[in-house]
Amino acid sequence: MIPAAAPAILAERGLADRLTAIFWRRPRLLLGILLAPPLIWLGLVYLGSLAALLLQSFYSIDEFSGVVKQEFTLKTYAELFRAQNLDIIIRTLLMSAAVTLGCAIIAFPIAYYAARFAKGRWKAVFYLGVMLPLWSSYLVKVYAWKLILAKEGIITWAADALHLSMVLNAVLSIPGIGGNSLSTSWIGTFLVFVYIWLPYMILPMQAALERVPNSMLEASADLGASRSQTFRTVVFPLALPGIIAGSIFTFSLTMGDYIIPQIVGTSARFIGLAVYQLQGTAGNIPLAAAFAVVPIVIMLLYLTVAKRMGAFDAL
Amino acid sequence: MHSDRASIGLRLSATAGLLFLHLPILVVFLYAFTTEEKSYAFPPPGLTTQWFAVAWNRADIWPPLYLSLWVASVSTLLALILGTLVSAAMVQSRFFGRDQISLLILLPIALPGVITGMSLRSAFSIMDIPFSTLTIILGHATFCIVIVYNNAVARFRRLSGGILEASADLGANSFQTFRHVLLPNLGSALLAGGMLAFALSFDEVIVTTFTAGQQSTLPIWMLQELVRPRERPVTNVVAIVVFLATFFPILIAYYLTRDGAETAGSGK
Repeated sequence: MIPAAAPAILAERGLADRLTAIFWRRPRLLLGILLAPPLIWLGLVYLGSLAALLLQSFYSIDEFSGVVKQEFTLKTYAELFRAQNLDIIIRTLLMSAAVTLGCAIIAFPIAYYAARFAKGRWKAVFYLGVMLPLWSSYLVKVYAWKLILAKEGIITWAADALHLSMVLNAVLSIPGIGGNSLSTSWIGTFLVFVYIWLPYMILPMQAALERVPNSMLEASADLGASRSQTFRTVVFPLALPGIIAGSIFTFSLTMGDYIIPQIVGTSARFIGLAVYQLQGTAGNIPLAAAFAVVPIVIMLLYLTVAKRMGAFDAL
Repeated sequence: MHSDRASIGLRLSATAGLLFLHLPILVVFLYAFTTEEKSYAFPPPGLTTQWFAVAWNRADIWPPLYLSLWVASVSTLLALILGTLVSAAMVQSRFFGRDQISLLILLPIALPGVITGMSLRSAFSIMDIPFSTLTIILGHATFCIVIVYNNAVARFRRLSGGILEASADLGANSFQTFRHVLLPNLGSALLAGGMLAFALSFDEVIVTTFTAGQQSTLPIWMLQELVRPRERPVTNVVAIVVFLATFFPILIAYYLTRDGAETAGSGK
């Protein structure tokens, strides 16, 4: 005999089923439960901290007692415009711009080759070849350059061996960017910055170049354009959003870094180092906070311009 | 003219670029074996393996190593929980403020570390929170969330919604679906995200200098040695340890996710 037809809807088997039914009827509830812990964390820890940073930057420090006065004032921001502080900001901006340009020039051939010509196994080699330096230890990479650039290090040795010491000394004696040795000159700081942030430029550039359709290059060739004409009028404009996307990273990261100028370079300060020293040894948290707001403002401006130029589609 | 082969110039500069990215790290390995401890003379006057034994016996290296392992483990665990939750919410539905939330997750890593560090420092100073292991973990977990999130979200997108509905049709409740359908599918992406988060936290120095008090993590120990070196090759031995502790997780994360359209670590 056929048993009585089983009910189409299964009976509830306890709390888990009841909750499932509630989630089904009220999807917003589940969403809320999923979102609450991470949002509370990010809201409290991160946004709370950013708010604290802003708050601190509107406080000031009593010049005689060194105690932080917790009253609203713009005095601390005005201090940013003192000659020595303005120097720090301008120096940081110039270095960020130079590093961004350097990264773009070195990154382009790698990104272009990886996007257009690397196939199969080589594609993986290029991918890992960019990914591993991107993720591997920041400090170890900086340390490696301290070893390389040292006065008694590899570069000096290689220059001697190749009888190029004259060239090295000539480069080091350039006023402004030269110095006693590579590891105490602007050139050294610049090289290390370029090395460390290079993968951040390659990846978005490669992503943009991969989206350039082959048919366009063929059309350009069919219409009689030379290689360099195709590059200037087709490839470069289409890759530009990717370059700008990469420049967001290289610019922002250089602007905020304070480890590299401390280890390689002259003792002149950058924004990051100023923030670190002001909050630490000097104990001037308000001024440190005001200094930290500068990169935020600059990056907001930068992002607005980048967005206009379509850089976000390349990310 | 357009051709399918790269020009010599392009090939040379691409190869040179890749070598530029990789050769410097080898120098760190070489200098761990040098007999010269007072300078970075090249070529090394002699080779020795004694620095590994010296490093092993240095009492000041072990506590930072343990602290780094502990901080990285706890931060990774926290990031895994929070990152998975938020990615599940973001994939399932569109809601008001969704774009703002994805920006919020990205910010801790998009803004320079010195800002994240200084913000946390300001907050701790306003609330009179003393620096401790907990404050280090608070910072690390915050910027690790995005790593887990990126990996989980990419996998969620690939997962067809059909299998979740099928599971429900077959009578599974939400928890059973999570346990038997969702988790096995997400597993390798979460593992990859966790590996990358671990590597990032183990190696982090910028935020940590702002949120650590007297304790030092291994990168902070290294930074102190870089500024005031003594027994330089020992620093190289530690650098090798740090390098390997981040190298292998990255490689594993790559192999865990390489079959998909998404690959771990495309964005740091």
